[in-house]
Amino acid sequence: MQTNVLEYLWKQEREAPEKTAFADGNSSLTYGQLARRVRSVATAVAQYAPQGEQPVFVLIDRNIQTVAAFLGIVASGNFYVPIDPRLPKARIQSMYETMVPQLMIRATTRPVPCPIESLPMLDYETISAGEADNSLLAAVSRRHLDTNPLYCIFTSGSTGVPKGVLISHRSVIDLAENLSGELELDSRSVFGNQAPFDFDVSTKDIYLTLKTGGRMEVLEKKLFTITLSLVDRLIDRQVNTIIWAVPALKIIAALDTFHTRCPQGLRKIMFSGEVMPCKTLNYWRQYLPEAVYVNLYGPTEITCNCTYYIVDRSFGDGEALPIGRPFGNSGVFLLDGDKLVTAPGELGEICVRGTCLALGYYHAPERTNDVFCQNPLQSNYPERIYRTGDMGAWDDSGILWFHGRRDTMVKHQGHRVELGEVECAAVKLPEINDACCIYDDLSEQIVLCYDGPQAADREITRALMKSLPKIMVPGRLQWMPVLPKNKNGKLDRPALRQMFLAGNIETT
Amino acid sequence: MREQILELLTALRSDVDFETETALIDDEVLDSFDIVTLVGDLNEAFDIEITVADLTPENFNSVDAMVELVQSMIVE
Repeated sequence: MQTNVLEYLWKQEREAPEKTAFADGNSSLTYGQLARRVRSVATAVAQYAPQGEQPVFVLIDRNIQTVAAFLGIVASGNFYVPIDPRLPKARIQSMYETMVPQLMIRATTRPVPCPIESLPMLDYETISAGEADNSLLAAVSRRHLDTNPLYCIFTSGSTGVPKGVLISHRSVIDLAENLSGELELDSRSVFGNQAPFDFDVSTKDIYLTLKTGGRMEVLEKKLFTITLSLVDRLIDRQVNTIIWAVPALKIIAALDTFHTRCPQGLRKIMFSGEVMPCKTLNYWRQYLPEAVYVNLYGPTEITCNCTYYIVDRSFGDGEALPIGRPFGNSGVFLLDGDKLVTAPGELGEICVRGTCLALGYYHAPERTNDVFCQNPLQSNYPERIYRTGDMGAWDDSGILWFHGRRDTMVKHQGHRVELGEVECAAVKLPEINDACCIYDDLSEQIVLCYDGPQAADREITRALMKSLPKIMVPGRLQWMPVLPKNKNGKLDRPALRQMFLAGNIETT
Repeated sequence: MREQILELLTALRSDVDFETETALIDDEVLDSFDIVTLVGDLNEAFDIEITVADLTPENFNSVDAMVELVQSMIVE
């Protein structure tokens, strides 16, 4: 039985060492080269974290060196924590305080300073060329358990502190087996990687490549602003499979890219991250009618995806797209409080059980217990479920449909944003007394309404850029003399939303 | 026109100093979401039609490059 994701790599190294595994705009690695670099990196990392199961930070970039650094950390018996070096320093500091890693690896070649001065930093290029200690790595491999952590990815937290979602080898093996099986991916698959490596959508690209023995092409960020060059790259590198965040597909459509040039080689188009508007889907289907389209659903906490829907009919531009059926070995059900909801059309919270569940939030037992809890339908033995906070309903044919959130988390540019986290950062600023965020679905903007001595939009935006990732910084600010409160004196978000939608927010 | 483009850009990304930036695309200062919004804003403000073929780093790396692009499209 496979217990380590690296068994995929060792198998490809034995069977197809000369085949290209990963490539980006500048470089490529065959399976043989990759395996050698992974062993070298692992040997260096093991000097710093010999006991294993320790977090190691990676300063990431959109390059194949990042992937090799990840896998090297895994081969050392430890787990990787991707860090975008362009995040605000305060944000990285907060991640550091949660994880307390022993070591950081720099996989980016950009001249970024070490964000945590006290932490030893190794350069990928140096350590990947070092000598490998195979007996050491064999010892690491012997003590490995499939329940060991593989990676930790941070996601927005409503209390103002981001949460580190910890995922095990077992869950990723389960994911790779399910996706490659259900979606018929094989060694001819050429994956076009869009998602940055601190976003778990990229987990699928990396491990499906290794599992199938296919190839992954890293598509750097700039290509998505100059979308014709993106199409050229897809054609040039013969990409046939993409697993992208929905906003990336929207951008292609919004710029009417395919009208000028179309990547006819695309065969499988999978998307997730937020609700896919059928208008966007129809644009893609119009130009690429032969491709298979798959709507993937699931939060980071259940290892990427737990349901999927293969688009099998036409949808009107204004229609919703279902999130489909559970993957094999994934239990998906609806709860209303502690009661099971099975009647078609009835709303319930989407809950998940099975191997796909994360180990929990790193160094955060209370937050973990809030959402990873005992299955209320099971009183005879311990069984953990994850409460997603997403609402859903089954239809007559056993297909699941998404019906929004039960809290104030929103999806913005494909990323999860807890509006509470934005508000926490905002009220720390001297310009702001009180703040309330709403999400404008129409303009796809986070709107920050605040009261304070005076309007100070620009100062606030600049200050928030220093504490929040760019995607979480509100696109629109609105000073108000007083924010609406409910009768208990708490901020009245629904009322504010109503005012905003009615367009009379400025007159208050 | 330059003032107007600058205004659009500042409304879009108040954290960027557009007077000094000359590699907005190459240094990934503007991301794809910014570009989609910007193209829509420019098309509307100047009644032009910027297409994907016009989306090159040369045309969007700086305010002055954008002015030049818009000017050339208005003349046409």
